[in-house]
Amino acid sequence: MSQKHLMKGNEALAEAAIRAGMKGYFGYPITPQSELLEYLSVHLNNRGGSFVQAESEIAAINMVYGAAGIGERAMTSTSSPGFSLMQECISYIACAELPCLLVNIVRGGPGLGTIQPSQGDYFQAVKGGGHGDYKLIVLAPNSVQEMADFVYLGFDLADKYRNPVLILSDGALGQMMEAVKFPDYDIEAHKVDKSEWATTGNATGTHKVITSLYIKTEKMEEVNLKLQAKYREIQEKEVRYETVETEDADLVIVAFGLSARVAHKAVDICREQGMKVGLLRPKTLFPFPKDQIKSLAEQVDQMLVVEMNAGQMLEDVQLNVSGKIPVEFYGRMGGLIPTPDEIVNKIKSMYEQYNPMEVTHV
Amino acid sequence: MNEEIIIAGFGGQGVLSMGMTLAYSGMVEDKEVVWMPSYGPEMRGGTANCTVILSDKKVSSPIINQFDTAIILNQPSMDKFESAVKPGGVLMYETNNIINQPTRTDISIFSIPANMESVKLQNKKIMNMVMLGAFLSARHVIPLKSIIEALKKVLPERHHHLIPLNEQALTRGMELHKVAANSEGRS
Repeated sequence: MSQKHLMKGNEALAEAAIRAGMKGYFGYPITPQSELLEYLSVHLNNRGGSFVQAESEIAAINMVYGAAGIGERAMTSTSSPGFSLMQECISYIACAELPCLLVNIVRGGPGLGTIQPSQGDYFQAVKGGGHGDYKLIVLAPNSVQEMADFVYLGFDLADKYRNPVLILSDGALGQMMEAVKFPDYDIEAHKVDKSEWATTGNATGTHKVITSLYIKTEKMEEVNLKLQAKYREIQEKEVRYETVETEDADLVIVAFGLSARVAHKAVDICREQGMKVGLLRPKTLFPFPKDQIKSLAEQVDQMLVVEMNAGQMLEDVQLNVSGKIPVEFYGRMGGLIPTPDEIVNKIKSMYEQYNPMEVTHV
Repeated sequence: MNEEIIIAGFGGQGVLSMGMTLAYSGMVEDKEVVWMPSYGPEMRGGTANCTVILSDKKVSSPIINQFDTAIILNQPSMDKFESAVKPGGVLMYETNNIINQPTRTDISIFSIPANMESVKLQNKKIMNMVMLGAFLSARHVIPLKSIIEALKKVLPERHHHLIPLNEQALTRGMELHKVAANSEGRS
């Protein structure tokens, strides 16, 4: 490990991308992710890559499609309204099975919204913002260190599964500074053989085609079945999560990203006051830690989902709890962030309202 | 040690860079640090603030609503953050920029004439370092030498000739805190 740097989340992510061997970056400025673009505009061309400021987000993602098609590590980054613009091409990339890294530094919506942080793009990220049955691998960092670490992980997973990977972060994680260490990462050792499909010229005489157009229905279904098998494998093998004090907990908070940082503090405050509260933090939103939610539902009395939206991941938690225990929600919207005190107050009201007798007799 | 600080004032007073210097010095001291700016369209000419957390432990939430120390550089920030100082905490404000004095009795309050001092030092931009010096004297969480070390990292090379002036401002700030503490009967 090298020395510590004090950096903004956006800058740390950009630096990690260069160190991970990203060859092509294509983007368009939008607050609150512009530092990412700025950093790469200064550094990427001097360090072996190509920085292109596209004329729009739509152009940027189509450039990523092209760069990924030649088998090089390619990336784009944007914030919410820009990510909406990219959806058509993301669906194409998923269908064409090209590895690439996408970054959404989420801001408050809907609409042009606000430039303050939000988690309102959860559904768009994990349910497919574009058309058709496809999935992105979605990573949710909660610190400046993870903003960097998930870049390496993201490129590796993208290459391994030939699938676009999305880092779903937010404006606060992008703007705040923390100490970050960049791991020793051997680009060569992480290189995957892409010669079978990458369109690098016809020197070998084999005709390679990258497409997402399959006119024959049987072929289109075959492609779909292959994609679904891949998503099942990812669900089986790539779930990542963190737990805090869940062992003896009777109430567990489920939260991701920045919300999980605030929730962690709420757990600390609750524990000091004698409440047995724990935290489950999904690091991967797809694949979602379904089994962990299911087994916690057997152990604890209640769950609380905390998000910076109207309750999106909440639905995935409810789906896996399957009505076994009460699941409550606390969220803020429009660029506001829940405070530790707000979460603690919510938890206190849950303990007051909770009546185990009622549940037992149902 | 866990010190949660809010620094707040107008854009241009050096609020964000004061916070950044403090965060960097925390890293020099091998502490866990977070620097969280308010960001938005209101930054230029409007209010600006940043949260700095220095800790021996991993920092959980970068979003906090109660602070050990508030460093206040204008009236709107005083109105907003006086009530957010933890009981027993410290509130220090720049004397000339505050019209309505704080009224709390359960915290230590220090009025630091940092603006006047920066005029004496013939560089008004150094006001933030006078305030930072006062903070160092009031809280003892970071030694002066680590702030100097941090300035070498935070300031671009072309401004390194200003480091001695910064050090002077920091030292004057530390003295001004002692004067304020004595006149209030506190240390």
